[in-house]
Amino acid sequence: MITFDGVTKRYAAGTAAVDGLDLEIPTGEITVFVGPSGCGKTTSLRMINRMVDPTEGRILLDGVDVSTVDPPALRRGIGYVIQQAGLFPHRTVAENVATVPRLLGWDRRRARARALELLERVGLEAALADRYPSQLSGGQQQRVGVARALAADPPVLLLDEPFSAVDPVVRASLQQELLRLQAELRKTIVFVTHDIDEAITLGDRVAVFRTGGRLAQLDTPERLLAGPADDFVREFLGRDRGVRRLSFVPGDVARVRTDLTVPVTADVAAARAALEGAADGGAGSGAEEWLAVVDPGGRPLGWVAPRALPGAGTLAEARPEPYGTFVRGRDPLRAVLDAALLSPSGGAIAVDGDGRVEGVVTRRALDEALARVAAGAGEAARG
Amino acid sequence: MGEEPLVRWDWIGRNRAVLWDLLADNAVMALVPVAAALLLALPLGLAGTRRRRLYQPTVAVLNVVYSLPSLAVFIVLIPVTGLATRLTVMVPLTFYALAVLVPAVVDGLASVPDHVRQSAVAMGFTPLRRLLAVELPIAVPVVLAGLRVATVSSVSLVSVGALVGRGGLGYLFIDGWQRQFPTPIIVGIAGVVALAGAADLLLVGAQRLLTPWARARTEAPA
Repeated sequence: MITFDGVTKRYAAGTAAVDGLDLEIPTGEITVFVGPSGCGKTTSLRMINRMVDPTEGRILLDGVDVSTVDPPALRRGIGYVIQQAGLFPHRTVAENVATVPRLLGWDRRRARARALELLERVGLEAALADRYPSQLSGGQQQRVGVARALAADPPVLLLDEPFSAVDPVVRASLQQELLRLQAELRKTIVFVTHDIDEAITLGDRVAVFRTGGRLAQLDTPERLLAGPADDFVREFLGRDRGVRRLSFVPGDVARVRTDLTVPVTADVAAARAALEGAADGGAGSGAEEWLAVVDPGGRPLGWVAPRALPGAGTLAEARPEPYGTFVRGRDPLRAVLDAALLSPSGGAIAVDGDGRVEGVVTRRALDEALARVAAGAGEAARG
Repeated sequence: MGEEPLVRWDWIGRNRAVLWDLLADNAVMALVPVAAALLLALPLGLAGTRRRRLYQPTVAVLNVVYSLPSLAVFIVLIPVTGLATRLTVMVPLTFYALAVLVPAVVDGLASVPDHVRQSAVAMGFTPLRRLLAVELPIAVPVVLAGLRVATVSSVSLVSVGALVGRGGLGYLFIDGWQRQFPTPIIVGIAGVVALAGAADLLLVGAQRLLTPWARARTEAPA
């Protein structure tokens, strides 16, 4: 755990970069520092490994005041990734990754073996090991930067806007990669960004800083979206807070019905009979519901409206309408809503991890789920 | 008088031993000052990087020294270092080389990107180790570019020393001029150019060996 205890950083001119910061960063989680430029987020990060020393207050790393530790020794135990990766241009990729192990006195062979292992771990081919950084793409350089930070297996990682210099597509994949790594490694990660979407995507907890170096709010992404502490945080979170919050609601809050899927080989008559039987709890006739048509392999073919059923024969003669799917038990409610918006039926098809249909969320079931989320908004905001 | 050839090859053959001596003398008087200047330029350049306020006056003084005519400096030094000694030539040449190399070291260290320096700090390099393992190696291309200029100009400046009695191959210019005999002058020029070219070639070779990464940069990323 990293504790900021009344930490202030004032520069000679008297301006405070960080002002009275009290904060606890739990072990094994990603805590994101986010805020506009000049809010002190990077200064706060750099006080953890003593790149900057506070004017007042203490920073404790697992109970030890960092100001009592020799800076080089402290830093070798804390991984650090900087915006442009900061790779050494005169050293090969493998040598870069092996930097901290070498500083710690590992022999060359062991350090190289470790470097190769880490390159694989961050998804880089071994063939890149003997290239120079200038021969890599921006995204590859950032991966090397992450591998280098992990090389000596430090319990704490400091990431200072590591993905902000790469294009959005690469950034998204690096973010997913980081989450995947974190699921394996469970490091204590402090991540600085000015991008609130990145903060929401990555953070177990998000600390929003305001200009002048004060903490505006520290919360889980969901609670942040549901209940911003004040106008500054609300403004900073931007539009679509409500919809974005659905990313944190499990898709399972929407009821999945299994009686509205029919195989493409089924008789139209049988399908109609199924519809008649599927009266939906008195709230209107089941005969109005759309049917999800499934191929023999269990994969979705599309939706068919009851009025569009062919007169006779099998469902193969029906013209299925477009559909959207979500993975049951994994995707959030936002994915269910998104899938529903892709189809004229207004419903979403639930599939398993292999893409086989498990059932459907009807438009009405989705409405009910959204209503429950909306009703819970006040509760989430109060925490 | 018959048609005199531009180069009398027989003269070269007869004076081979003397010519080699002059060449060696020229090489020593040119290269020792450059080496000494490089050793001095590293700490000076480092100090200049750390204390920008000191750096500007230092460069100003070195530039004034650089602007002094070499012959005048040689003459002024004669009472101190003696007539026709190597030292009389080498001391000024050291200052000329310094005037080129101190800015080269400062620019070389300034060429280390800030994010690279920051990440070295953050990974736990001590200041000395960071200098030796990160900053100086990255400064090498810029420093070597300055070293090439300093070396080549030093090789050719040595010949001015002939006017105070010690000028390596420069002796041949005075000799040829006084005797109205072109062969030594042409041999002297060829010797200076060859010496400068050879020294430059060695430095280029050293650069290729020391900085394989700088060449990698020009290749397209894979």
